[in-house]
Amino acid sequence: MQTTIHVTINGKKRSDTVEPRLLLIHYLRETVGLTGPHIGCETSICGACTVNVDGKAIKSCAMFAVQANGCDVLTIEGLARDGKLDPMQQAFWNEHGLQCGFCTPGMIMTAKQILERNPHPTEAEIRDGLGGNLCRCTGYQHIVNAVKAVAAGKGA
Amino acid sequence: MISQQFEYSAPATLQEALDLLANEGAKPLAGGMSLIPMMKLRLAAPEQLIDIGRLRELNYIRREGEQMHIGAGTTHWDVESSPIVRAHCPLLSETVSNIGDIQVRNRGTIGGSAAHADPSADYPAAFCALEAQFKLVKKGGERVVGASDFFVDMLTTALESGEIIAEVIVPVEQRGTGVSYQKCVQPASGFAIVGVAVRVSSEFVRIGVTGLGAKAYRATNAEEIYTSTHDAAKAAAVVADGADSNSDIHASASYRKHLARIYTQRALKEAASRMG
Ligand SMILES: Cc1cc2nc3c(=O)[nH]c(=O)nc-3n(C[C@H](O)[C@H](O)[C@H](O)COP(=O)(O)OP(=O)(O)OC[C@H]3O[C@@H](n4cnc5c(N)ncnc54)[C@H](O)[C@@H]3O)c2cc1C
Ligand code: FES
Ligand code: FES
Repeated sequence: MQTTIHVTINGKKRSDTVEPRLLLIHYLRETVGLTGPHIGCETSICGACTVNVDGKAIKSCAMFAVQANGCDVLTIEGLARDGKLDPMQQAFWNEHGLQCGFCTPGMIMTAKQILERNPHPTEAEIRDGLGGNLCRCTGYQHIVNAVKAVAAGKGA
Repeated sequence: MISQQFEYSAPATLQEALDLLANEGAKPLAGGMSLIPMMKLRLAAPEQLIDIGRLRELNYIRREGEQMHIGAGTTHWDVESSPIVRAHCPLLSETVSNIGDIQVRNRGTIGGSAAHADPSADYPAAFCALEAQFKLVKKGGERVVGASDFFVDMLTTALESGEIIAEVIVPVEQRGTGVSYQKCVQPASGFAIVGVAVRVSSEFVRIGVTGLGAKAYRATNAEEIYTSTHDAAKAAAVVADGADSNSDIHASASYRKHLARIYTQRALKEAASRMG
């Protein structure tokens, strides 16, 4: 059975006919061609697939594309404006918040949600907030520093 | 794409959802934070998913007199961030902030957590300590079931086929009541190896335990000892008595019981210190 869904992705509207069993991450990567959100575990643990749906950071491997029908989806590709990085992206760059970069798209989407809800988090709150995103390279310290830098207004 | 095929419907009203759920093989989908992982593992294979996660009718937090009514579709984040819940049912705010991570709390719902009845889930400890009531609805019927009858066994509740939780009802906390939720986290999954929720005032004490056995329970024996002695250690010492403790690679049965005693003591002490 196929269902037609209408979604706004990074500001652009589109419609696609999908099977209900298609996960949102596969829809984004394979149908839409946005390969920024990554697939690390596909078991809702690692957070590499994190995107924002209607203002909320979610793991797109734990959601079917049909559940996003009518929603506004923001992926890492939608953050930069006119070639200028989002402050969080810039802070990850400045603070060396990545090594291989595999976790980075998900980390950035979650990090932005943390600051949207709590603009001046403590270090413990940042670490707790990033609990659903795993990084196998950095040891997290530089990621935490990047989030702190944005909170201190030093992103851009 | 996951391996199994299914039909999907997103009804616009609760009534429509209940009509669809009356079909054999239909299953409600709320936040999907337990059901989708179960489907991936082929532990669940519903033929038809009825998406109740979008129903506004199930998404609300209301205070009515001395009770709080929380729609089953209210997400963990909406409970966590609700000033009304914080003011009138702080045990729920504290418990829910311990669930999973930001992304999971953004989608998972209170009704989904209750219905899934994972033996290591956090909410059920609070539901037991709060003596929560579940309003259950199905096509042509409605009933209210208390937490002690609702949780039946591991992943098993009193829900009948075609029936869903519409609402969770908990008491408004009175002045002078202190609460605490103490959780021993299983670091890889984030679930509770053991979690203990406590409410205590000069008049009563309630203790809810999750993670220890097949289902969450209210530790009435420990409550009785606390009521007569006000001694957290003595009460905690009996909290696991008679419990058929789970045992797995994370914690043996005897270690789980040990943890239950330690976390009960901590929760009792912290709740008592917050009685104010
Ligand atoms: C990475 C990860 C970490 C997690 N960590 C924790 C944790 O630390 N602590 C914890 O407690 N939980 C944890 N969870 C589980 C989480 O809390 C789930 O959100 C919750 O168990 C299910 O809620 P849901 O709305 O997502 O339900 P769904 O997954 O949509 O549904 C779960 C089950 O309930 C049924 N159902 C859903 N809504 C209703 C209803 N209103 N009436 C009747 N049946 C219904 C469904 O048919 C299904 O059988 C975690 C989940 C993930 C993915
Ligand atoms: S790929 Fe989605 S959480 Fe790991
Ligand atoms: S930078 Fe390599 S996984 Fe995080």
